[in-house]
Amino acid sequence: MSRALRFAGPLGVLASPAFAAGPIEAGTRQATNWTAIIIFAAFVLLTLGITYWAAKRTRTAKDFYAAGGGVGGFQNGLAIAGDYMSAASFLGISALVYTGGYYGLIYSIGFLVGWPIIMFLMAEPLRNLGRFTFADVASYRLASTPIRAMAATGTLVTVAFYLIAQMVGAGQLIELLFGLPYLYAVIIVGVLMIIYVTFGGMIATTWVQVIKACLLLGGSTVISLLVLAQFGFDFNALIAKAVEVHSKHEAILLPGPAVANPINAFSLGMALMFGTAGLPHILMRFFTVSNAKEARKSVFWATTFIGYFYILTFIIGFGAIVLVLTNPEYHVGGDVKAGLLGGGNMPAIHLAHAVGGDLMKGFIAAVAFATILAVVSGLTLSGASAVSHDLYASVIRRGKVDEGAEVRVSRITTLFLGVVAIVLGVEFEKINVAFMVGLAFAVAASANFPVLFLSMLWSGLTTRGAVIGGFVGLVSALALTVLSPGIWEAVLGYPKGSAWFPYVSPALFTMPLAFLCCWVFSVTDKSARAAKDRAAFEAQYVRSQTGIGIDAAAAH
Amino acid sequence: MDDRILARVKGDPNYQALVKERSAFGWTLAIIMLVLYYAYIAIVAFVPSVIAIKVTGTITVGIFLGAGLILVSIILTGIYVARANSRYDDLTRAIVASATGVSK
Repeated sequence: MSRALRFAGPLGVLASPAFAAGPIEAGTRQATNWTAIIIFAAFVLLTLGITYWAAKRTRTAKDFYAAGGGVGGFQNGLAIAGDYMSAASFLGISALVYTGGYYGLIYSIGFLVGWPIIMFLMAEPLRNLGRFTFADVASYRLASTPIRAMAATGTLVTVAFYLIAQMVGAGQLIELLFGLPYLYAVIIVGVLMIIYVTFGGMIATTWVQVIKACLLLGGSTVISLLVLAQFGFDFNALIAKAVEVHSKHEAILLPGPAVANPINAFSLGMALMFGTAGLPHILMRFFTVSNAKEARKSVFWATTFIGYFYILTFIIGFGAIVLVLTNPEYHVGGDVKAGLLGGGNMPAIHLAHAVGGDLMKGFIAAVAFATILAVVSGLTLSGASAVSHDLYASVIRRGKVDEGAEVRVSRITTLFLGVVAIVLGVEFEKINVAFMVGLAFAVAASANFPVLFLSMLWSGLTTRGAVIGGFVGLVSALALTVLSPGIWEAVLGYPKGSAWFPYVSPALFTMPLAFLCCWVFSVTDKSARAAKDRAAFEAQYVRSQTGIGIDAAAAH
Repeated sequence: MDDRILARVKGDPNYQALVKERSAFGWTLAIIMLVLYYAYIAIVAFVPSVIAIKVTGTITVGIFLGAGLILVSIILTGIYVARANSRYDDLTRAIVASATGVSK
């Protein structure tokens, strides 16, 4: 039990590729960093300019949701990487390597290995069947109303938990990095996000992601090179020095106690791998490219950039062990035994200062802010699409709605989500956001992924099976997370050891359960609707394989 | 999609070849990826000391495995793209041409 508990803390830092601000200690607010503010202001001006340009090009629903379907594979790969690599990956994983050594790499790998699976089994059919949201794909041959209601619920739950985590994390980080008050930081993020999404839609969001991805990859590369340069580009020497100076010495080369429980290790591995394939804001990016060929190019470039980035975070983490851990300048009260200035997520920021001075630190701080902003925009657009395209246009109006009205609903929803995000961000300032993010991943792997996957690949799936399976996955993932030590003990305050569900992630149990329910309630489904669902599979399969019929559907 | 096009595509030997080859290839690569990843997780979970065995200098088995998995992910997706861009795209073009061309 204590093992599971210890695990919950650091997991928080990187339970999400988007952002999880786990153990940011409420602490010393940094002095106002003008370099960071100027660089960030430049980023904001540039992206607002792009939003203005994008707004003039956003006329149809397809423009708004899918950037007109004209994004290239390479550009979309960068944008996917931008959506996926976040402040949590950058600050969180490098912080985890800093404290636990090898431990951090295990998570990096988990976040990456979902991508090949998406490529081999999902990317092309996804592109060939969908228009704007993943519910389009799941409801292609199944009854539209219940499936969209289910998929939109899964999307909104995933997005809501992510969004709260982002806002709280943004507020805390910015308070620390820029010396701005928490409330201002949350409002700035909320307002900018509303502007990007309502005016610029997917076109602006895509460019924000691309620019942010380039900044993050560039910044990480420079820091890594500067670190390696201090060791004559000898990786071996870096590791040897880290082992020598770290208080755990040789133990930093071991996986660490947190993953010593096999159920934890496998359950987490499953949530990370398959959660990726069920994140609505990531899936949505597949509809921005023109065809299946560009979709697979996107995945290749995304995998390449994300993989490269995770190798860099490992170097950055080890660099921080050598250059930050031993330097009193970066510790509270100048005592290397005390915590880091600004809290546990700061090793990469201090390392930037150690290798590149104030300018580098300001740059990296600005990149971290830009990163949060970009991820929040992608999430909001995805949530707004679920409301306008799935709930409003298809469930409430039964498809009898013109595009203009649908996009208007989407914009209003964005405004609403933005305000809600600011309010929740303020409200939940003290909550441990890690669990929200862990929950988002578990829901994505247990509800969205099984339904989407089976609807594309298994002819036997029926509406009843998909709806029951999806909701069972959703509810069981939510329930087991609440009953896990992370929420039951750490948030709700029940005594240690009293958690009903002792593991870190429910995915090992809830994902197979969702698949099982989809199967059982499909094969036993004798309704007329089920016969129709099964009969429609062939035509769907032909389209998913060849793309025949996309043009006709796109014009509808 | 109208039924005549559907029937024509399903009867097209190119379509049958595409579906058979692509799904076999996709699942093979996916299974390779799953086996490698869960073998790695099994080492981490059951024999963690293997991770810290030094291979050259201070660089350990774990670092090689980790970097290796990242590289394998990139390489396998690259292999899939290379194959899809030539073989599968050619087949798809032929299928679409014969299915929609005749129907017009």
